[in-house]
Amino acid sequence: MRVRTTLRLLAVDPAGLAGLWLRARAGPVRDRVTQALAALPLPARRLHPTIADDALFGGLDLTATLAQGRPVQMPGLLATPAALVLAMAERCPSGLAARLAAALDGAPAHCLIALDEAASPDEGLPAVLTDRLGLMLGLGDLVWSDTAPLDLDLAGLAAARARLASVQTPPEAAGALTRAAAELGIDSFRAPLLALRCARAHAALEGRPCVADADLIVAAELVYGHRAQPLPETAPDAPPPEPPPPEPPPPDAQDAPDRPQADSQPLPDDLLVAAARAALPADLLARLAAGRAARAARGASGTGAHKAGNRRGRPLPSRPGRCGTGARLDLVATLRAAAPWQAIRRAQANRPDAVLLVRPADIRLRRFREVSDRVLIFAVDASGSSAFARLAEAKGAVELLLAAAYARRDHVALLAFRGVQAELILPPTRSLVQTKRRLAGLPGGGGTPLAAGLQLALATAAQARARGLTPTIALLTDGRGNVALDGRADRAQAEADALRLAGAIRQTATPAVVIDTGNRPQPGLQAMARAMAAPYLALPRADAHRLSAVLDAALGG
Amino acid sequence: MKQPFPFSAIVGQEAMKLAMVLTAIDPGIGGVLVFGDRGTGKSTAVRALAALLPPIQAVQGCPVNSATPADCPDWAGVTATALVSRPTPVIDLPLGVTEDRVVGALDIERALTRGEKAFEPGLLARANRGYLYIDEVNLLEDHIVDLLLDVAQSGENVVEREGLSIRHAARFVLVGSGNPEEGELRPQLLDRFGLSVEVTSPRDIPTRVEVITRRDAYDTGHEAFMAQWRPQDAALQGRILAARGGLAGLVTPNTVLHDCAALCIALGSDGLRGELTLLRAARALAAYQGDGVVSRAHLRAVAPMALSHRLRRDPLDEAGSGARVARCLTEVLP
Repeated sequence: MRVRTTLRLLAVDPAGLAGLWLRARAGPVRDRVTQALAALPLPARRLHPTIADDALFGGLDLTATLAQGRPVQMPGLLATPAALVLAMAERCPSGLAARLAAALDGAPAHCLIALDEAASPDEGLPAVLTDRLGLMLGLGDLVWSDTAPLDLDLAGLAAARARLASVQTPPEAAGALTRAAAELGIDSFRAPLLALRCARAHAALEGRPCVADADLIVAAELVYGHRAQPLPETAPDAPPPEPPPPEPPPPDAQDAPDRPQADSQPLPDDLLVAAARAALPADLLARLAAGRAARAARGASGTGAHKAGNRRGRPLPSRPGRCGTGARLDLVATLRAAAPWQAIRRAQANRPDAVLLVRPADIRLRRFREVSDRVLIFAVDASGSSAFARLAEAKGAVELLLAAAYARRDHVALLAFRGVQAELILPPTRSLVQTKRRLAGLPGGGGTPLAAGLQLALATAAQARARGLTPTIALLTDGRGNVALDGRADRAQAEADALRLAGAIRQTATPAVVIDTGNRPQPGLQAMARAMAAPYLALPRADAHRLSAVLDAALGG
Repeated sequence: MKQPFPFSAIVGQEAMKLAMVLTAIDPGIGGVLVFGDRGTGKSTAVRALAALLPPIQAVQGCPVNSATPADCPDWAGVTATALVSRPTPVIDLPLGVTEDRVVGALDIERALTRGEKAFEPGLLARANRGYLYIDEVNLLEDHIVDLLLDVAQSGENVVEREGLSIRHAARFVLVGSGNPEEGELRPQLLDRFGLSVEVTSPRDIPTRVEVITRRDAYDTGHEAFMAQWRPQDAALQGRILAARGGLAGLVTPNTVLHDCAALCIALGSDGLRGELTLLRAARALAAYQGDGVVSRAHLRAVAPMALSHRLRRDPLDEAGSGARVARCLTEVLP
């Protein structure tokens, strides 16, 4: 039912609602929905996540240009209004997402159907697009045998489309939808606008001349449902709370007209909120929110991700390819590829005077590979509690890792924290000798300024990243932080500081590993590792060799 | 093409609107960076700004919008000498744009079909004497950022590739917007923006309702809505033009210069660009308000947007650098 309503609304006002986020695995159920999309009054065009700019925006048709000897332009997919079907939308790179978002905002108005096949919560459609697409459908729990072929009633749709422009909106409708959005914790202004358009489309579908409360309820359910912030008590580890009382829609529609007289509130806000809350299962909402957070924590997916590219770095052999996809032409290789065929081509094309006949297949593109160095930042606890028991072992493990790092040409930085502050003993270097000497001379004793150590590790990682290195933090401590950031011996404040810094490390998406060198595993340290999104290794009475092996495995060799 | 949403019809977001107006009055301030949540009207405001800017005089057919025929680059082969009035260019720099598109490259079309070595100007050429708008600026790839920094610094675009050796003027104002949750901006690029403002969604219901109502009116009754707001936009454009004229006659007392320096020292901002921008912004504000003399009140009003992005970042300062500037303002400029 929800599926049918959604699709019918989309068919009535595809440009106004901007599109549909279809969250489902590929399969016959999804095919049913995508087939029904033929009811949209726009031509469907398929996109894929690696689509090139010239396909989107148009450009020179190289093949035809070369063949005909005059410039031939080809139109892009975005040139005329269309229903864009983006397959594998969960892999949509941020660059493409930004371009599609601009296309949705601009003219001519498009409609985007994003087929999101996300399997894990931390992948999914980029937020730039989820914010703009009006409607969302999750088909995860539908079974093929439960579905029937969708009949969207094409004649009814056409009539509704004709009515849409004349649908009136009562002035209080915008207020009600905005209040409901605020109550659901939806910050974006696009949501109420889309809901308003959705309500209008629904009124047109129902043949009403004016938007009624029932339309607003449907709009809230369909547009706000997946945007709502999960209720605080729906934390993943809490038992699923009973859902807010979902009032069945028919009574709502009848109740609603009475309410304006009962209290001066013109429209039932809480009904809208309840409708939106009831629209999706609570755990799905929590999962969506978790996915958003994970993606935000992972940071910019658009920059710095590519290690092998066609821009800079060490040159690789050129390869055949197409021009105009951002790559640089390898002119010499292209000419070399074209050279043997010149006599034949002149004869075939009947152009004996042509100097050079280049076919698209001759074109060679340059490739480069750029390798980013890794830097291992060791944050070593040299406090009194740690010193006697484990410091020697920690030193041994670091030395073993140093040897491995030397073999891989990794950089190493060493910092120690003890007393009231942390100290960068060795800035990122490749010098094995120097590191060993500094490490051997590492003194121990004093309090455990864990937070200061983390802060210094974070700063070192940021510096390393700015220099184009890929930092990894290895924290070796027994976990009893007892000196706060400001140097006071305040255990509670120290733990809070350490936790905040762990969160900051997670924010910068720096890979880290926490090694508990204490005699007994520390639950506090485990919590901190979770806050840092780092693996936690407790090594009671481990020798340096085992420590090194575990550390090596945790860091991915 | 639908006209952009009228600038005067944007509800609230006073800091963002003021920053845009100031940079329209004095492009030398050096652009605006708008950071904030999704759907708070960042892009809307930038596109609305384009409609506010007065038209420029440029040589007909010149790819870099030169003001006089003598300024036209020789590779363009411009023969016309007539000046035409053009809207101030506001060029979008899309994410994932290629280097060729930004700086310009060999015109493959002409090279292949006519065998000519010609230069196809890029976005930087089109943005000369205008604005370059980067949405989601924090997601821009590093090699494009390097290019922009280089050109923004020198005001000239130099292309040396594929046997071409081309240079042309590229003086533009950078306008960027982004969502800080998705990534940090490199400090070097951050420093190139004159003003920075943070926008948040308004929290009170009446404001939110007003936003939705206006936007809906813009979408449904486009003509009527534009007609309703055209006088306000025209008045604002008139004020911007008048302020541009008033900039030259503005008096800047020495005490104001002293205040600028004291404030920047107290905040520990890097370099002298902070002072310069602060002063220019305060002068633009004084001109905008029709005051003949720059005063401490002007400084106080523009200091947060001119300085908050130039401070050393403290990863644990959750209040943000805006609060630091405000605290410092009360201490230094009582």
